[in-house]
Amino acid sequence: MSKQNPKDRLYSRDHEWIKDDDKGTVIVGITDYAQEMLTDIVFVDLPEIGKKVVAHATVAVVESVKSVSDIYAPLGGEVIDVNTRLEETPELINQDAFGEGWIVKMRLSDAGERKMLLSADDYDEMLKEEKS
Amino acid sequence: MPVQYTNVIDEHRTTRGAAGLFDICHMGEIEVKGPQALDLLQLVLTRNLADQTIGQVKLSALLNEEGGIIDDLTVYKMDENSYMLVTNATPKDRDWQWIKSIQQEEHFSCTLEDISDQTGKLDLQGPRSEEILQKLTEANLKTLRFYHFCEPPVAGFPAIISRSGYTGEDGFEIYAASDVIDEIWDKLMSAGAQSGLKPAGLGARDTLRLESGMMLNGQDLNESISPLEVPYGWIVDTHKEFIGKTALMARKNSGIGSKLVGIEMTGRGIARHGYKVFHGGKEIGIVTSGTFSPTLNKAIGLAFIDITFSAPDTEIAVAIRDTMTAAKIVKLPFYKRSK
Repeated sequence: MSKQNPKDRLYSRDHEWIKDDDKGTVIVGITDYAQEMLTDIVFVDLPEIGKKVVAHATVAVVESVKSVSDIYAPLGGEVIDVNTRLEETPELINQDAFGEGWIVKMRLSDAGERKMLLSADDYDEMLKEEKS
Repeated sequence: MPVQYTNVIDEHRTTRGAAGLFDICHMGEIEVKGPQALDLLQLVLTRNLADQTIGQVKLSALLNEEGGIIDDLTVYKMDENSYMLVTNATPKDRDWQWIKSIQQEEHFSCTLEDISDQTGKLDLQGPRSEEILQKLTEANLKTLRFYHFCEPPVAGFPAIISRSGYTGEDGFEIYAASDVIDEIWDKLMSAGAQSGLKPAGLGARDTLRLESGMMLNGQDLNESISPLEVPYGWIVDTHKEFIGKTALMARKNSGIGSKLVGIEMTGRGIARHGYKVFHGGKEIGIVTSGTFSPTLNKAIGLAFIDITFSAPDTEIAVAIRDTMTAAKIVKLPFYKRSK
């Protein structure tokens, strides 16, 4: 069973989350449901700091033993930090997708884009439909 | 057979450390019987089978006229004039049609029967396989040698037990009628519970075979590749006649240009099937299999490259997405069990 989706953040239909940090920027990761689908994550390809991406563009790549999966930027912006711990311990995403397993921090180019994202409740609904 | 029952790494390590049970019913089985069964097999297969004893298994290649590999399959000598071929799943029908057409053209006095549908197959692999299977059979498995088989009942059902596999571990391939194979699976799972046996899927099967340097038909091998370009020279016996031999000898005399080699990533990244391989900025080949090795904790693969660069320790690069990532040529296998 996936962990509960925390209500303190927003979700994309591609199973990423964004959460405001206290510096006016956002933290980006994948959901617990997503890490379960990916299974054992053995490698994370992180972007360079300063990389600018539009919404839905590939911002990172995670690999399990069997598969290679793109992680999309939930919204457009600039990468201002990456979770370098994932280079040595990619399994942090499996262990704690909503916390220690965060992937990048971004400065959003248009905060107004947030309305494209889902609340935790909406994301729960979407998962129910996806599983049924 | 699913890709995984729990997760690939766990199933992989369980097979190396205890035992894994694989449902391999998708593979093909063909019976060849009759006074000229051996003559037919000698003509279509690369391996010399004249000295094969009853109860022995031999790996061989089935080639087309151009010397390309149609399939790599195992030959079971069941009796004088009676053989079972165990083929890969994808080329099964191609194998059947090819062998059948040659039997008809050459008028060999033997019959072929595709028994794939009525034959089930389970692979029990790993260091604890013997103690598990021994609980379900009266045959003394200790005396069963590698690449040999016996035909004792397993859990009361007629079966073939072959000491062989596709993981690099000790283990058995078990054949029985497809309508009893589920019951044998259940009995094996119960018998193996205390030994740490778990079901294992296609994902672990792939990482286990790759660590052991074994090739996968359709991925590392295809009909344009000959046994001389891959580590299969040893299953070709040029002292006998077989289909594809003339082309093979011509390829050998004109010089083999490419070779399948083991690679290990030294930079960060995992090589995957289809990624391009470079040396000094020049494209020299392609990755045919690549994964993260759960036993070695590093990224490994097989690559089909220009033979000029095939010496171990040659530094190469693999194009992973838009990055040239450092790798090197290594000797096969990547993993060898301690005996």
